[in-house]
Amino acid sequence: MQLDILTPDKTVFSGEVEEVTFPGTKGQFQVLKNHAALVSSLSKGKIKINTASGETFFEINGGVVEVLNNKIVVLA
Amino acid sequence: MANLKEVRIRIASINSTQQITKAMKLVSATKLRRAQTAIVQMRPYAAKLNGLLSNLSDSVDVDSLKVYFNKKKDIQKVLLVVITSDRGLCGSFNANVIKLANQTIKDKYQGKDVTIMPIGKKAFEYFGKLTYTTITDFKDVFHTLSAETGFEIGEYVLKAFKAGKFDNVEIVYNQFKNAATQILTNEQFLPIHTKAAAKTDSNKKKDYVFEPSATEILEELIPRILKTQIYRSLLDSSASEHGARMISMDKATDNAGELLKALKIEYNRVRQAAITTEISEIVGGAAALSGA
Repeated sequence: MQLDILTPDKTVFSGEVEEVTFPGTKGQFQVLKNHAALVSSLSKGKIKINTASGETFFEINGGVVEVLNNKIVVLA
Repeated sequence: MANLKEVRIRIASINSTQQITKAMKLVSATKLRRAQTAIVQMRPYAAKLNGLLSNLSDSVDVDSLKVYFNKKKDIQKVLLVVITSDRGLCGSFNANVIKLANQTIKDKYQGKDVTIMPIGKKAFEYFGKLTYTTITDFKDVFHTLSAETGFEIGEYVLKAFKAGKFDNVEIVYNQFKNAATQILTNEQFLPIHTKAAAKTDSNKKKDYVFEPSATEILEELIPRILKTQIYRSLLDSSASEHGARMISMDKATDNAGELLKALKIEYNRVRQAAITTEISEIVGGAAALSGA
């Protein structure tokens, strides 16, 4: 899956990922390959990204995430 | 006619002024490039936000969101966010913003309760001297301009608006078109004036799962869009400022060059006149001696 994490200042992350965990407003959730189209709001917390080369974390301060056709866009 | 030494001193002084203006122009050009990059970087973010909003626009008729859209018939309390620069020497950049702000107050809000939120030192200095109520928490944001500062201002304005402190909020600033052109704008900020064109084709819409719900996402999204709008105005204003300064310093350098040219001609003329006088004095003196 393609993941893009955008902030108004810059693109923080852009790349191929296998699994992402988001701090949703109603609790954490995980997005795997072929996830249904989804729009969700995020609360303050950590985004956990699993890529082929290992785990990465990003701190966010709330935001919105859109999942569509194996493309994930995070607006933080 | 001026004497030789005076002209030489003037030439030296204009020369050093020209060096300063040239350096300032180069510095502004670099800063402008950086500011432009920031605008470009923000674009995909803003585009995506608006894209999401159009997918959600059906759900806008929710009570908790009406606060952003409701227009009051009787506008009494107005907030003007006036964005200028921190520094001068950028042509009529700041003067124009202040003029437009004054014009807006005079034309639209005569006799109303106007509050000014100056952003940038120049606006702060100007409006601080006048009798308006000012909110000066954000007067110098430009040396640490980031999305966070923009969002802080947005948060503050949204909170005040929601609390009913203001009926109408406008932003006055220079929109960036290109390095040489700024578009002076006063933008309606709150309440949001919806455009009828915002409707999208329903068959274009994708079937999203909304988590937790469309309304709640909108509640997150709309403030975010508004804050991004403030941040965008700040970025625009800062890019415009550097563009304006670059152009005015370029002009100043040119003018200094012309002045130098004229002064050099003057200098040579004075020098030639002095030599001529000297020669004629010597010739005269020699003639007097040989005649005797």
